[in-house]
Amino acid sequence: MATEPWQRAEIPGPKKALVITKPEVVVAMIKRAQRPILVVGHQAAEIDFNGGKLVDFIIEFAKKTSIPVVATAHMIGEFAKRGFKPAAFMPAVDIGNRLVDPNWTGVDGKGQHDLALFVGLYYYMEWTILSGLKHFAKHLKTISLDNVYHPHASWSFPNLSHEEWVKNLKVIMEKV
Amino acid sequence: MFVLSKKGLHVKIGELKSDLGLIKNLELSVGKIVEETWAEPMGPTPFPSLTTLREWDVKLLQRYKPFYLPFCDVCCLCTFGKCDLTGGKRGACGIDMAAQQSRIVLLACCIGAATHTGHARHLVEHLIEKYGRRMPLDVGGLNIQVEAPITRLVCGVKPETLGDLEDILDYVETQITHCLSVCHTGQEGNNLDFESKVFHVGMLDHVGMEVADIAQIAAYGFPKGDPDAPLVDLGYGTVNLEKPVILCIGHNVVPSIGIIDYMKDNGLDGEIEVCGLCCTAHDFTRYYKRGKIIGPISWQLRFIRSGVPDVVVLDEQCIRTDSFYEAQRIKAPVIVASEKNCMGLPDRTNDPADAIVEDLVSGKAPGALILDPEKVGEVAVKVALKVAPLRKKFKAIPEVDEVLRKAKECRQCGDCRRACPQDLHIPEAMKAAMEGSLAKLADLYDFCVGCGRCEETCPAGLEVHSFIVKAGEKKLKEETYKVRAGRGPIQDVEIRNVGSPIVLGEIPGVVAFVGCANYPKGGMDVVEMCREFASRRYIVVTSGCAAMTAGMYKNEEGKTLYEEFTGEFTAGCMVNVGSCVANAHIAGAAIKIANIFAKRNLRANYEEIADYILNRVGAVGVAWGAYSQKAASIASGFWRLGVPVIVGPHGIKYRRMLLGRADREEDWYVYDARTGEKVYVGPAPEHLFYAAETKEEAMVMIAKLCMRPNDTTKGRAIKLTHYIDLHKRLYGTMPEDIHRFVRTVADIPVTMKDEIIKILEEKGWKETVIPDPTLLPRLIRKKKE
Repeated sequence: MATEPWQRAEIPGPKKALVITKPEVVVAMIKRAQRPILVVGHQAAEIDFNGGKLVDFIIEFAKKTSIPVVATAHMIGEFAKRGFKPAAFMPAVDIGNRLVDPNWTGVDGKGQHDLALFVGLYYYMEWTILSGLKHFAKHLKTISLDNVYHPHASWSFPNLSHEEWVKNLKVIMEKV
Repeated sequence: MFVLSKKGLHVKIGELKSDLGLIKNLELSVGKIVEETWAEPMGPTPFPSLTTLREWDVKLLQRYKPFYLPFCDVCCLCTFGKCDLTGGKRGACGIDMAAQQSRIVLLACCIGAATHTGHARHLVEHLIEKYGRRMPLDVGGLNIQVEAPITRLVCGVKPETLGDLEDILDYVETQITHCLSVCHTGQEGNNLDFESKVFHVGMLDHVGMEVADIAQIAAYGFPKGDPDAPLVDLGYGTVNLEKPVILCIGHNVVPSIGIIDYMKDNGLDGEIEVCGLCCTAHDFTRYYKRGKIIGPISWQLRFIRSGVPDVVVLDEQCIRTDSFYEAQRIKAPVIVASEKNCMGLPDRTNDPADAIVEDLVSGKAPGALILDPEKVGEVAVKVALKVAPLRKKFKAIPEVDEVLRKAKECRQCGDCRRACPQDLHIPEAMKAAMEGSLAKLADLYDFCVGCGRCEETCPAGLEVHSFIVKAGEKKLKEETYKVRAGRGPIQDVEIRNVGSPIVLGEIPGVVAFVGCANYPKGGMDVVEMCREFASRRYIVVTSGCAAMTAGMYKNEEGKTLYEEFTGEFTAGCMVNVGSCVANAHIAGAAIKIANIFAKRNLRANYEEIADYILNRVGAVGVAWGAYSQKAASIASGFWRLGVPVIVGPHGIKYRRMLLGRADREEDWYVYDARTGEKVYVGPAPEHLFYAAETKEEAMVMIAKLCMRPNDTTKGRAIKLTHYIDLHKRLYGTMPEDIHRFVRTVADIPVTMKDEIIKILEEKGWKETVIPDPTLLPRLIRKKKE
């Protein structure tokens, strides 16, 4: 079950995401990356997390790691309400489209990113964008931080219960 | 004058004196004589082939590059496969992933275009048989003299009779066949050439749709561009359950009209409820205002299972393929009325009507294939009258106590949620039902798209969708709304009235809400978007399932959007053009702005008109719930015409977007037709095909995509006001790209001047000129020395 796509029919093909069996894997990937980026979808403002919303955790995580955040959809407003300014905001398909371009200079103009973490998009949107990146962004590794298995990412959690997922993200926060 | 085209040799004689007499305006073509009544000179691209407009496509594709989102890593279309195309690998035939994705898009669009065109062919043949080849194509009398703008633009001909439409369909069918053949293994290998053919087949689809709709408008006397087309009933709650009910599902109105005519001819009008799902309902309410529209495609399961229909009549397209099975569950006989959808039933077309009726009423036969629409009418009406007292609205939706009892069998495995395209929290709702409350299941009703996948996957065999419908039954029964019957084309005079304010930007945009009902969070998103833009005095146009959804809301005064806003094509309207094939009138309106208002030649002048629309007509299509191959081909017809299309998040599954890059300044230069100089005009419009994640994002993007290089300073200021206002309200911030849309200080909305000037200074903004914009060098007028 662990490495089945969350939506059962979303069978990808021969190349599937490696499973994050322990949160330290994500920590290591982040530490190894030169130019990571975190893409945050609108569901981050809807998903309950540790007494607040997922977006609250994301803000703390971004502050601690200094990973630039790209807010998609109307998430910019949710961040602003909480006094946090993401590095950029743009539609999910736009950030995907920029990440496949090896000549894009990134959200800070200093060069293309080498690691993109995703969280909080509709499953099928993230699924397809990660597929686009898997096939057309060879310079990029991707990680899904959602609690469901994303076969097109480079690394993904398996399908986790909410509690297990919260525990994993907290470990990442602690060790990163 | 000689005109050569793909249709063969044409000889046109303006005036010829001979021994036989004086011949005027005679046109000869191979096999037939055409009297030329259209004085406009033939343009450069009559009956374009697959490559005729390739250069135009390349211009669009250089700016709006495909971003591929493969739905599958492999290709499985030939016996060499499956081939793994990951990581840049090529398949056994040599194809790579980019080309494969474009190929699948082309295949989908060919399906869509063939579906509309097949529908058009059936309609035209049937109507010719009934009314004759010479029946005039009157779609609006003197009010609509440009009666077929797409056909005129693409083919360079002016159809005047039903018979004229046959030649047009010959062309469209031939080209669709060529496009489909391109999908074969070992044909096209370049992704951008596939994309060009996607545009081509989309353009053909629009011709096919236009043919279908003008044929049925003319022959059946549908509203002819009437802004005051009647308001018709919409919703389950409008159906009189005391009467026998005939339910028609699909898109081809011919069998429904057979039913309505039989009722009228036999004094049964008012005795039977004729209601429909999907576009066939739109179309029969254009003919019969007492018909009832139940709702969009996603209402099929819930309405059949409700037991209300006594007879189910299926024509073609978007019909659940298990509808025959579902109808059997409620003991409702089924009549299938299209060769495209026989459902395994015996062909009874040549049997006496009464024999079929007897078999259906007695239950000896659960259904029948009848390919004669008049016979469908007779059989359906007779069966409904006889079956209704026997059925007593036998339903397949369980009672509340049964739902509560069955819910206890739920294993809480979560498979229903994992099968649900909306990721609805069904297990939690089932848990509440196990504990005696249906409230959470009722909450799901508004967001359920009625696919039934939850039931298919349930290991306990629970009818989860039926449980949701039962829990939401009160809402279902209270669905009593109005929608304005599809009015068909936009009148020429309306175009004259709004042409200038649209092109100059003073009407901030034309927003068309079209397509299907695969909404990410229910239909209210569509209602809210329509209301927002109609209130902002955009021209809001609807069609298809989206037009129904837009009607499923009442304001504080109990009025639907169609009662609240005018049906005239003007600022602040709600215009329902009609069914899927009526989408042609939306494209047609954009074309007519270029032709009637701007007086650009229309005849076979595709590139110039599309260039005009791209650069000057602030029109955007929104297919918030697009699901089908038809929706894909409709969208691609708009792309080639220069009209951007926004889809809802599920639309990302169409496998590729066509996205501009606002950050690449070099992509946003046009020629100034006055001087020939290249001028930066900003990303207007920024995207050609784009999936929005949320309705908030869509609304901001709609306002942005309405900007065009040709906007006057006043018009741009108005458009910027809406863009900034929506951005501030929905995103809580100022847009960060304002500097890309301000060309001169006069573009800045007066009320925001200080704030914006400060931003412009921070961004190092420089003033640019407002050109006479074009992407076509041939349209540059040489600067006079």
